[in-house]
Amino acid sequence: MWLTVDHQTRYTYAQPVRAVVQSHRLTPSAFDGQRLIDWEITVSDGVMGSRFRDGAGDQIQAWTVLGPVSEIVVRVRGTVETLDLAGVLRGHRETVAPQAYLRPTDATRADQAIAALAAQVAGTAGGLEQAHALAGAVADAIAYQPGTTHSRTTAAEAMAAGQGVCQDHAHVLIAAARHLGCPARYVSGYLQAGADGQAHEAAHAWAELWLSGLGWVGFDPANRCCPDARYIRLGSGMDAPDAAPIRGIARGVSREAMDVTVAVTASQQ
Amino acid sequence: MLSRTADNLYWLARYMERAETTARLLEVGARIALIPSAAGYRNEWDSLLRATGSADGFAARHADASQKNIETYLFFDHDNPSSVAACITRARENGRIVRTALTSQVWDALNTAFQELRSIESARRGVWELSRLTEWTMRHSAMVRGAIEATLLRDAGYDFLNLGYHLERADSTARLMDVKYYVLLPRADFVGTGLDNYQWTTLLRAMSAHRAFHWAYGGEVTAAKIADFLILNPQCPRALITCVQGLNTHLDRLTRAYRRTSTAQAQARVALAGLAEARVDEIFDEGLHEFLTRFIGDMALVGLAIHDSYLSGDMR
Amino acid sequence: MTAFFNEMYQGQQVRAPYAALGDWMQSMPAELRSLKQAEAEQLFRRIGITFAVYGEGGDPDRLIPFDMFPRVFTAGEWSRLERGIKQRAKALNAFLVDVYGRGEIVRAGRIPGNLVYQNAAYEKAVVGIKPPKGVYSHIVGIDLVRTGPDDFFVLEDNCRTPSGVSYMLENREIMMRMFPDLFRANRIEPVDNYPEILRRTLASVAPAKCKGDPTVVILTPGHFNSAYYEHSFLADLMGVELVEGQDLFVEGEFVWMRTTEGPRRVDVIYRRIDDAFIDPLCFRPDSMLGIPGLMDVYRSGGVSICSAPGAGVADDKAVYTFVPEMVRFYLGEEPLLQNVPTWQCGKADDLAHVLDKLPELVVKEVHGSGGYGMLVGPKSSKAEIEAFRARIVADPGNYIAQPTLALSTTPTFVNEGVAPRHVDLRPYCLVGESIELVPGGLTRVALKEGSLVVNSSQGGGVKDTWVLAE
Repeated sequence: MWLTVDHQTRYTYAQPVRAVVQSHRLTPSAFDGQRLIDWEITVSDGVMGSRFRDGAGDQIQAWTVLGPVSEIVVRVRGTVETLDLAGVLRGHRETVAPQAYLRPTDATRADQAIAALAAQVAGTAGGLEQAHALAGAVADAIAYQPGTTHSRTTAAEAMAAGQGVCQDHAHVLIAAARHLGCPARYVSGYLQAGADGQAHEAAHAWAELWLSGLGWVGFDPANRCCPDARYIRLGSGMDAPDAAPIRGIARGVSREAMDVTVAVTASQQ
Repeated sequence: MLSRTADNLYWLARYMERAETTARLLEVGARIALIPSAAGYRNEWDSLLRATGSADGFAARHADASQKNIETYLFFDHDNPSSVAACITRARENGRIVRTALTSQVWDALNTAFQELRSIESARRGVWELSRLTEWTMRHSAMVRGAIEATLLRDAGYDFLNLGYHLERADSTARLMDVKYYVLLPRADFVGTGLDNYQWTTLLRAMSAHRAFHWAYGGEVTAAKIADFLILNPQCPRALITCVQGLNTHLDRLTRAYRRTSTAQAQARVALAGLAEARVDEIFDEGLHEFLTRFIGDMALVGLAIHDSYLSGDMR
Repeated sequence: MTAFFNEMYQGQQVRAPYAALGDWMQSMPAELRSLKQAEAEQLFRRIGITFAVYGEGGDPDRLIPFDMFPRVFTAGEWSRLERGIKQRAKALNAFLVDVYGRGEIVRAGRIPGNLVYQNAAYEKAVVGIKPPKGVYSHIVGIDLVRTGPDDFFVLEDNCRTPSGVSYMLENREIMMRMFPDLFRANRIEPVDNYPEILRRTLASVAPAKCKGDPTVVILTPGHFNSAYYEHSFLADLMGVELVEGQDLFVEGEFVWMRTTEGPRRVDVIYRRIDDAFIDPLCFRPDSMLGIPGLMDVYRSGGVSICSAPGAGVADDKAVYTFVPEMVRFYLGEEPLLQNVPTWQCGKADDLAHVLDKLPELVVKEVHGSGGYGMLVGPKSSKAEIEAFRARIVADPGNYIAQPTLALSTTPTFVNEGVAPRHVDLRPYCLVGESIELVPGGLTRVALKEGSLVVNSSQGGGVKDTWVLAE
């Protein structure tokens, strides 16, 4: 499938800011399920900085804006050809050892409730089956309900609330998987919303679990499926902050407002 | 040189000079208090506080402008950013940060002042009377200055120290004179009277310029002569023109060393040209207070330009 | 009572390295000695060398006691130590290159993967980076103790930013000023070229993108830090700028320094701040000390950071146990320096042994430093031991235990004259294009009689350390 993305993030500042530094993970991952047709990232008043592929295989691009500016617009436009690999991250070049994804972070620490959730499925035969059961259990435990959680809600908090968005689903799944000794990580990307309105959130996130024999496999509890041709994978991390597509910092920030619009559409081939 | 290092050196100098200025103000006040005044003793001290820009800060802490309270506030109070104790502490802190940009003699002088200050602060109040406190401050200020002149490498750091000294001194001379004209003599009919001259003389004494003035001018003390001496006479070390010349000297040196001009240099040149052409009767025509206010504003702009040109680290 | 190895006397016999010091000691009457001691103290204060070693924190204006009696090694003793230290520094760096690359040592089953990859000091962000010359840890401080003429043990490795080297330099400087005759009578290897070797080492790992003479800086957390004196001292002797985070910024593909002449590119950063604070964009977002965007520049080869972020995984107390294994695995050699036998309380067998022998052992927290949070069994009361036992049982994985070592003693000036006191040694190994070790180090001495704790926060002092020329 060909997917076309138009993703715009607009930062506005109450007072002009200087020396803005951003680090982007906004280029689709290079693996068998994705092929770039064209892709362009622009940053208003931006100077392009370092560019490299990190150990997790993500394409990182740094930007700086000298300023003073009171607005910064980051715009991503492009087209990707995608294949449905049933969530398997085949042909992805990376060197970070899967074991490194066993360490809990503040956002993904398993509390008693998450441990109990993990215990439910611990009996299931290992590997793929167990992973599916776990993702299903997370989807059951947390109802999709936008606006009830925020960007810094932890897995334990979302679990207690019983509702949240894709970030919370991913965090809880990661926490539970790591609790069972299965390496897990957070993935950020895009999702083409279907005409039926079933799929949630165009700027999307899900989890990947390391399964022996298969390697990294994606699970999207929010949509009760594995990533398919409707998904574009950008990058991964230990948790949402670590995998953020845009990280930025500016000198002399008073108040920052952020406005994001994302459109992902299937285009004619 | 790191911009922050230059900034630390510049402020080291400004704080040392400011400590001295505050001490001089204390001394002027003490002398003024010795002579009869229509408005009374209290007003003389108030005027001093206004000159340091700290009348509000004082009022917030002390109900009564007694000599003891003012001494507390201007010498000992660390919450008053212009107090001698606060200035010496901050000068020494700036020096500690850039310790390696100073010679051991300069550091010794700074550190000794700081260590002695601590022992003064821990002594019972009153053991050190006011005149001893002011003399102590001026002595240490001179020792630091002397160590800089005698031992420091003449590199950019030396220039930034001197920019701090000259700018602070230009500002403080202007403010000391403004105490005299702005506050002490609000009524025009006092100008030119014997009382007036006596107070002018006190001012000269407080600037350690009393004898120098007589050598330079002789005869009767007049307001015009004193204004000429403190504003336009390049022989007087605290004259406004001397300070502005100093600023120009060091900004020119930086321009040559860095092979690039700066806004600060352009502004300092304009200020110097203005003073070089000025005549004292014109200054009186404009009004001394108005002239000084304008001058203080100009110096603030030069300070801002020095910050933007060298110290902020944001220049390209 | 254990017999402690005395580095000066064997019975009535004076050992060779200390031959000249016997007379010197005799020739100094008590008054002269206290005069000299006062002079030394004054010199230290004048210079302003007041700080805590080894990141112990505390009062930054505190002076660490200086003992004038030098600690001496012969050329022969030193050359064996030197080979061992260099071997270890090399193996530690090979380990770092490996675990941030393919992790062969884990794949080969020579070290458990969880110790490495789940270690708090392991930085995922560094994986796949190839630092210039393959060096992660450029300044390796190896803490050694001696128990016999030929027996040296490594207590711990310091691969991040070992401190205290300014004491090594100042102690020597002050000894030479006060006792020039001693230096004429003994041929003592100089240490004062350390700053120059350090500068050369740092310059040798400049990034490939740097053409011409690299600009090296030292990055300090600021003048409130307890080791600020050392930072400014080294910057001064190396002739490089001492910068704080606010003095540096990232623009385009490089790191720049704010100077009075405009931005100047920086190629090598010898940082004396922790990983967590280095870049708020990558690590702790609340860090005011770091440089936003630094890690991206580093990861793309625009700047070198010494030591590399993540180097701490090699000096972890649990990883320490495996250093001899690293030497065998990477270098194919037998380790020349021994580890102290260590029990991991996290392992059930080890824990049982430790709890059984608690009164004889030294127990440390895995991530502790500065001699805090540790138990010295033989020096502790029953109540102290029992209290500590409870702590271990509550969180066994947090503790390791070692036998109480019979630390060697050297003569030390005390109130009553001269008496033996326990010492350790930290030499500083520099790793760049080549591996260098200046002949000397920092000797710490436990000034309290019988004490085995040399930390300055707990009554320790420092000594000049001599290596005699052949």
